[in-house]
Amino acid sequence: MKGKVWKYGDHVNTDVIIPGRYLDDYDVKNMARHAMEDLDPRFAKDVAYGDIIVAGRNFGCGSSREQAPLALKHAGVGAVVASSFARIFYRNAINIGLPVVEFNAADMFENGDVALINLEKGVLINETNGRTGKFVPLPDFLLEILREGGLVAHSAKRFR
Amino acid sequence: MAAMTFAQKVLSKASGKEVHPGDVVSANIDLAMSHENAALVLRSFKEIGAKEVWDPEKIVLLFDHRVPANTTKAAEGHQSVRKFVRAEGLPNFYDLREGICHQVLPEKGHVLPGMLIVGTDSHTTTYGALGAFSTGIGATEMAAVWATGELWMKVPSTFRFNLTGKLEDPVAAKDVILHLIGEMGADGCDYRCAEFIGPVVDAMSVSGRMTMCNMSMEMGAKAGVTFPDERTRDYLKGRTSRQWEPLLSDMDAEVEKEFDMDLTGLSPQVAYPHSVDNVKPVEEMAGVPVDQAVIGSCTNGRAEDLLAAERILHGRRIPDSVRLIVVPASREVYLWAADSGTLSSLVRSGAIVTNPGCGPCLGAHQGLLAPGERCIATTNRNFRGRMGSPESEVYLASPATVAASALKGQIADPREVL
Ligand code: SF4
Repeated sequence: MKGKVWKYGDHVNTDVIIPGRYLDDYDVKNMARHAMEDLDPRFAKDVAYGDIIVAGRNFGCGSSREQAPLALKHAGVGAVVASSFARIFYRNAINIGLPVVEFNAADMFENGDVALINLEKGVLINETNGRTGKFVPLPDFLLEILREGGLVAHSAKRFR
Repeated sequence: MAAMTFAQKVLSKASGKEVHPGDVVSANIDLAMSHENAALVLRSFKEIGAKEVWDPEKIVLLFDHRVPANTTKAAEGHQSVRKFVRAEGLPNFYDLREGICHQVLPEKGHVLPGMLIVGTDSHTTTYGALGAFSTGIGATEMAAVWATGELWMKVPSTFRFNLTGKLEDPVAAKDVILHLIGEMGADGCDYRCAEFIGPVVDAMSVSGRMTMCNMSMEMGAKAGVTFPDERTRDYLKGRTSRQWEPLLSDMDAEVEKEFDMDLTGLSPQVAYPHSVDNVKPVEEMAGVPVDQAVIGSCTNGRAEDLLAAERILHGRRIPDSVRLIVVPASREVYLWAADSGTLSSLVRSGAIVTNPGCGPCLGAHQGLLAPGERCIATTNRNFRGRMGSPESEVYLASPATVAASALKGQIADPREVL
């Protein structure tokens, strides 16, 4: 997994990831157009498929809205790396198939650097400046949920 | 058996084996709540391909966030859920007249001590006030719960807060929890179960305990809990006919951290924009002008809260420059407020009273803010743009402080107005 880095600070909350005023639209593609809009109006316009968010503490704090990771995923985000996540965002992200990496990478990256992530091995590389970091990979069954594309696909196996 | 925390006990029962903090278990769910976002759950549920829900009795659905529907899209969302409820024959559905989920479920007797409850709303932690282990989850995982009745869960470690001393009137549960959030930080309790014990909690009404557990999630707690006592028993009397046993934490169980806090002399607290942990005593910011004041939400929209506000406003009129919006948390609260004369008194003081529901709390309707406007509210989040324009500001406080501020047209100390 490889992409351009979008860097943000601590406590990026679900209200700025996808503001409440867009939540009545149940089409995630429309929502994705407003991802991060109150924090960084450029984001939704310029984000490219596979780009990687690198943030500080408590990423995704706030409401349980799953539209937050969904909006990021549908905007094209390939993974979110943060030094810590709010609990529900973390669960939601895995369950909808958006990879999350708990790792303090703020010092490794500048905005626009190119990041490479190996989720299974727990390796993070900055291709622009060559720095590398190691993180504890997710437990196998969570990696499996991600690989299957999320909890829906995972649960559906039972009913086939 | 070794001593166990509350979280361990509930999750051991739910998973059928003895569990320890850090274990990831598959847990059987006792109660599953969704509001409007059931429309999202529904989509994933269909994709999973289960023929029917695992147990119709254990699912509660209602509408509270956008009631009555404020946009055509919201109406379509309501409609899709109503259709599903009819098709599945779900018995526990409350359409849009009942009020906020976190108020309605306890009122209607769905919540009992010791239960494992999940809801597609972050403030599902509220039910901890009745001694349940209760936490927010996302829509996709709720679909998995509807299909299978099970969910993967990590057993949390525990932070225990022993709250001692005596609160001075009109300092209330909201001031206590704002103070704790200020001390701990917005992520200070991440992933933990927060147990609230001690004389301050014992002296609190169930309503106050709901305020505490509700906002425990604003310091990151996975669940917040206060333990059942006589007040809990009184609250549940007449609401449920089911038998229940209190499930208590062993006081000698190993917890990650214990905090002893003496709250004697605590001032009314206010959370300043734009984060909930930006908390200061009211006297430090008194005098900041406000355009709007909101009393309501799952945090502070109960009878006790409306009464606390009415006590301040009684017979007085707020200035025309302030919009005071009062949103009773539920129909039960609404009726009580109407019958007791509290509503008419508030209206005479200048309040706008809306129907029970979330109201302006999430910034969907019924009182949004323009750029540059300032609001003081009894709600639970003051994030940028939460109640309208990203250029507006939201301050969080207790019903007494909000009422005092509405009266003065600026942030005010309720002790000086009483
Ligand atoms: S009142 Fe506010 S915080 Fe409570 S459930 Fe409704 S929107 Fe959420």
